[in-house]
Amino acid sequence: MAKLPKPEELSKIDLKPPKTDWMDTPVEFKEDMYCWGAKGKNLKVVEFPNARDWSPKEEDWKLPENWKEIVMEAFGDRLSKYRSFKLFMDICVRCGACADKCHFFIGGGDPKNMPVLRAELMRSVYRKHFTTGGKIFGKTAGARELTLNVLKEWWYYYYQCTECRRCSVFCPYGIDTAEITMMGREFLNLLGLNIDWIAGPVANCYMKGNHLGLEPHTIKNSIEFFLDDIENITGIKIEPTFNRKGAEILFVTPSGDLFADPGTYTAMGYLMLFHELGLDYTWSTYASEGGNFGFFTSNEMGKRLNSKIYAEAKRLGVKWILGGECGHMWRVLHQYMDTWNGPADFLEVPKSPITGTVFENAKATKMVHIAEFTADLIKHGKLKLDPRRNDHLKVTFHDSCNTSRGMGILEEPRYIIKNVCKNFYEMPENTIREYTFCCGSGTGLNASENMALRMRGGLPRANAVKYVHDNHGVNMLANICAIDRATLKSAMEYWVPDVQVCGIHELVANALVMKGEKERTLDLRLEPLPGKAEKEGNE
Amino acid sequence: MPLMEFQGKQIEVDDDGYIINLDDWTKELAQHLASQDSVTLTESHWEVINFLRDYYKQYQIAPMIKILVKEIGKVMGPEKGNTKYLYELYPGGPAKQACRYAGLPKPTGCV
Repeated sequence: MAKLPKPEELSKIDLKPPKTDWMDTPVEFKEDMYCWGAKGKNLKVVEFPNARDWSPKEEDWKLPENWKEIVMEAFGDRLSKYRSFKLFMDICVRCGACADKCHFFIGGGDPKNMPVLRAELMRSVYRKHFTTGGKIFGKTAGARELTLNVLKEWWYYYYQCTECRRCSVFCPYGIDTAEITMMGREFLNLLGLNIDWIAGPVANCYMKGNHLGLEPHTIKNSIEFFLDDIENITGIKIEPTFNRKGAEILFVTPSGDLFADPGTYTAMGYLMLFHELGLDYTWSTYASEGGNFGFFTSNEMGKRLNSKIYAEAKRLGVKWILGGECGHMWRVLHQYMDTWNGPADFLEVPKSPITGTVFENAKATKMVHIAEFTADLIKHGKLKLDPRRNDHLKVTFHDSCNTSRGMGILEEPRYIIKNVCKNFYEMPENTIREYTFCCGSGTGLNASENMALRMRGGLPRANAVKYVHDNHGVNMLANICAIDRATLKSAMEYWVPDVQVCGIHELVANALVMKGEKERTLDLRLEPLPGKAEKEGNE
Repeated sequence: MPLMEFQGKQIEVDDDGYIINLDDWTKELAQHLASQDSVTLTESHWEVINFLRDYYKQYQIAPMIKILVKEIGKVMGPEKGNTKYLYELYPGGPAKQACRYAGLPKPTGCV
């Protein structure tokens, strides 16, 4: 792994296109711009084909002899199965509206990261094999054969797209380029061409219920650690339950919240809020993952990993499911879970036991996003809040791609933040809400060997954060996604080092006045609250 | 899978240099890995490595840094229970560098 260049170097972006036509410019694997190949043992666990150790750096990718037939057969199959895919292959007029909307293109300058061209990598093969014009006129009609070099080009660029769908917002036809990347990865997975940062978590999740591979006693140990800190801060002893049958609500969150800062503070926030409400809920050590890296491999794998959420809800006999702060988790839950593993007719339409609000929007899935749940609590005046405890923070909000563009959660997190913090500043409007910029590391690209890619992809977001940092002194970047919490931390350390990252339930719990609490002097990070002590040097 | 030769034995490591089979680990191997980074393992380094190995045995994962910090603080006194101290010992990051010497898989953080 090469040493990551300094920000002033990395931000010099070369926009000069190559001399040769794109089809005649072979893919070049650049250092720190791609991930390690999937290990055989991780593919084997989920019975993925061609399980073996391989390296994208080697010439020989150890492909099966008939790799091309495998891809073309799957291509034909998916075209007949998914009308959207067929449509997206046919209708692009190459107007270029998407070209400069991708964070990887903006931060990297590689023309094949323009969404139109990234899609063209596949469309060209489609034309050659599935259209009459392409079969007859070949290259003149923008058609080309699927060769080994083309396959490698697919691999390099379909693992340089985070399926964030910002480009789709600007497409006059509404082409969802994420679906093209999803198909690309689905084909690649038929040949065992995954990356290990996805394959590892998928295998873990399949075996142990969560991406990190946390065993039940590890989950419990981690939460007990948070409870100790909460007791130090508030004087209140919390005793949550695990795998409890007959609870009203099952709570599912990404496992990252249990094991990586600053997500752990968000998890402390959930624990404190639920305790204060006296919520009848349970954690599960089986359905212990909200996220779904299977979704980044194939439709079928996404479905297999998702199945445990309803299975656990049924086993425990809960009434409905509450989900934590996560991004892609919600794209899956909102748009796929019901048809994959539903209908969940053994559950009830979610109803807040505190306010009586019925979440009609979750009538089909029976699963409610915690931002909706908490915003409803605040709206009904059910929480006692002291926003002054967040006075040391100047907060901005990063919309996660999947919760904003994928399901329209735009107002709830803002409403919550404005009620628990006094200083809130929006980033420029073409970088928030449905125009939000990706963290640069979604869809399983949050590894460490591809750090140059991640920092390039994170540049547009970081640039907007820098704007509010310079103009308003913003020092906290709030979000509702576990991957954001992990990846934006690195992006901020690199691009805007004075800005920290948090989930919104950390801010909620800081402001939450709990019954019987002692006078608080520390925030959830165990740092002094404003006005309670001299701010000590940061660790 | 890349191989590393040590004391006449071929040891499998991953792309980032973490050993694959935890049984291949020995104290000498830890010293060897450290010396490649020009680090000499002192008693303080070993405290961390031993804690990591014990934790891994019990939980099958490398601990969060804050658990490590807290435990080291308990064992070695509060002046050592902070991330600054651990970064002085392991400039490459207490999680990544110390786990590699301890023979643990690479810590994943959030996925």
